Amino acid sequence: MPLRLLKFALSKGHPAPRFFRALETPKKSYDVVIIGGGGHGLAAAYYLAKDHGITNVAVLEKGYIGGGNTGRNTTIVRSNYLTPEGVNFYDASVKIYEGLSEELDLNLFYSTRGHYTLAHTESAMRTMRWRAEVNKHVGVESRVVGPDEIAKACPQLDLSCSGQAPILGALFHAPGSVARHDGVAWGYARGADRLGAEIYQNTEVLGIDVKNGKVCGVKTNKGYIETKQVLCAVAGFTPRITEMVDLETPIVIHPLQACVTEPMKPWLNSIFVSGSLHVYLSQSSRGELVMGSSLDPYEVHSTRSTLDFVEGLTSHMLDMFPFLSNVKVVRQWAGMADMTPDFAPIMGKTPIEGFYIDAGWGTWGFKATPISGKTMAQTIANDSAPDLIHSFRLSRFEDYELTGEKGAASVGH
Amino acid sequence: MKLLTCPMNGTRPLSEFIFGGEYREAPNQDTCTDVEWAAYVHNRSGAPGDKKEWWYHSPSGTWFIAERNTLTDKVSRTYLLGANSDNSDTAQEISK
Ligand SMILES: Cc1cc2nc3c(=O)[nH]c(=O)nc-3n(C[C@H](O)[C@H](O)[C@H](O)COP(=O)(O)OP(=O)(O)OC[C@H]3O[C@@H](n4cnc5c(N)ncnc54)[C@H](O)[C@@H]3O)c2cc1C
Repeated sequence: MPLRLLKFALSKGHPAPRFFRALETPKKSYDVVIIGGGGHGLAAAYYLAKDHGITNVAVLEKGYIGGGNTGRNTTIVRSNYLTPEGVNFYDASVKIYEGLSEELDLNLFYSTRGHYTLAHTESAMRTMRWRAEVNKHVGVESRVVGPDEIAKACPQLDLSCSGQAPILGALFHAPGSVARHDGVAWGYARGADRLGAEIYQNTEVLGIDVKNGKVCGVKTNKGYIETKQVLCAVAGFTPRITEMVDLETPIVIHPLQACVTEPMKPWLNSIFVSGSLHVYLSQSSRGELVMGSSLDPYEVHSTRSTLDFVEGLTSHMLDMFPFLSNVKVVRQWAGMADMTPDFAPIMGKTPIEGFYIDAGWGTWGFKATPISGKTMAQTIANDSAPDLIHSFRLSRFEDYELTGEKGAASVGH
Repeated sequence: MKLLTCPMNGTRPLSEFIFGGEYREAPNQDTCTDVEWAAYVHNRSGAPGDKKEWWYHSPSGTWFIAERNTLTDKVSRTYLLGANSDNSDTAQEISK
């Protein structure tokens, strides 16, 4: 590495290395077409090539890679969910994340911080105990802690929350982490590209050709592409794609907003979430406080951000950390969250042969990027979904077998 | 501040309202199949466009219908259910 750095310093042009080939026009046909160059689509392309040797694959991205929710989230990775199915699934993802910088040979700034979900009421404490027991049962490190331990971990936190909502305890989850989200997209893109998959930016899917219940191609702004297998990995755009194949789903789109402060000296190690105050925060490796809140209250297909959001969020942030009153918010933004009624994703096969879905990632899908790429690649390669994602199948709604994760996913994403 | 017009109370701040989801016709529960009923319970028309929606003005307890474009977030009219949406006496036109 230092030798490479030295050579680079002495070279004349200092060219920025490309992460993947700059391809313009897709071929006439592919074995698999992946719609959406977010982390999920790119990870699926990577694992299709790496685990299954399927490399005649095109990833079509209408904008630039990682420009969707992958580059807009607050990067929290954790596995302290509520259902055993969810905990197992997200735990598998955390385990891949822990070795992912090595595997992709790219520093993802994966940083394990510990994650506190604060409880301000007895009923919230009950949910924390429930989650801790489910987590321990599955082998995930979570436990309930009292105010003393919280104060030790973060002396800056006002445990009374301005006297408004005194903290009774918290669910502490040691593996809770943050990472560099665009790095995850670039790392998977480079890995997939090196193994032979093709990535096309500025390439929008405009229609999907289905004959006799089978996928036979996609229409794009760069022409028609023949394919028998299509993966839909478009998060906030899912209903627009499923409409193209007349597939009904429970997904509705709500904006989810976030913001960051100016950079500060490091003072906050752990990630803190308060369900009652509807806010969460962490400090990035650049020193900014990354802050978010719960979902916008009604359906909008837009990435507009609002003053209401920053006002509401910062007022609750000051209840927790009064000393932040002089700190400035420097950026705010929104993404379009593809919400499901049970706060669990929708993954796997659909009634249309060759049309695979990876959606319903709502406010919680960044942490799932590696494992969803891996399991969707498996689903496409074998035309059958692995057991790990059985509870997330689209047909669970028709079977009334929902996977209730709301208690673990509604504020802390 | 975003505003919405309640057909009973006039134009009020959006924070006084609660979104009730899309207005939908229920299938006949005596004749429809289990699959049709499950689709009614769970599925939604999630693609963007002009929609008829339930909204609730919480201080006065009024449920009403708003016609709104979910891409632009522009409300074209609000009215009480049953009031003919073409009758401008009961339908509040919002020109914003
Ligand atoms: C503010 C915010 C905070 C969040 N915080 C967290 C968090 O802390 N932890 C966590 O785990 N999750 C979080 N999430 C959720 C997470 O970001 C998403 O679930 C996840 O990134 C989805 O990844 P994806 O690859 O499926 O979708 P995306 O990254 O959105 O990628 C989809 C891509 O598809 C492209 N596309 C759409 N339509 C077409 C078309 N017709 N043709 C071609 N391309 C198309 C889009 O341009 C886009 O790039 C948050 C989300 C938001 C908005």
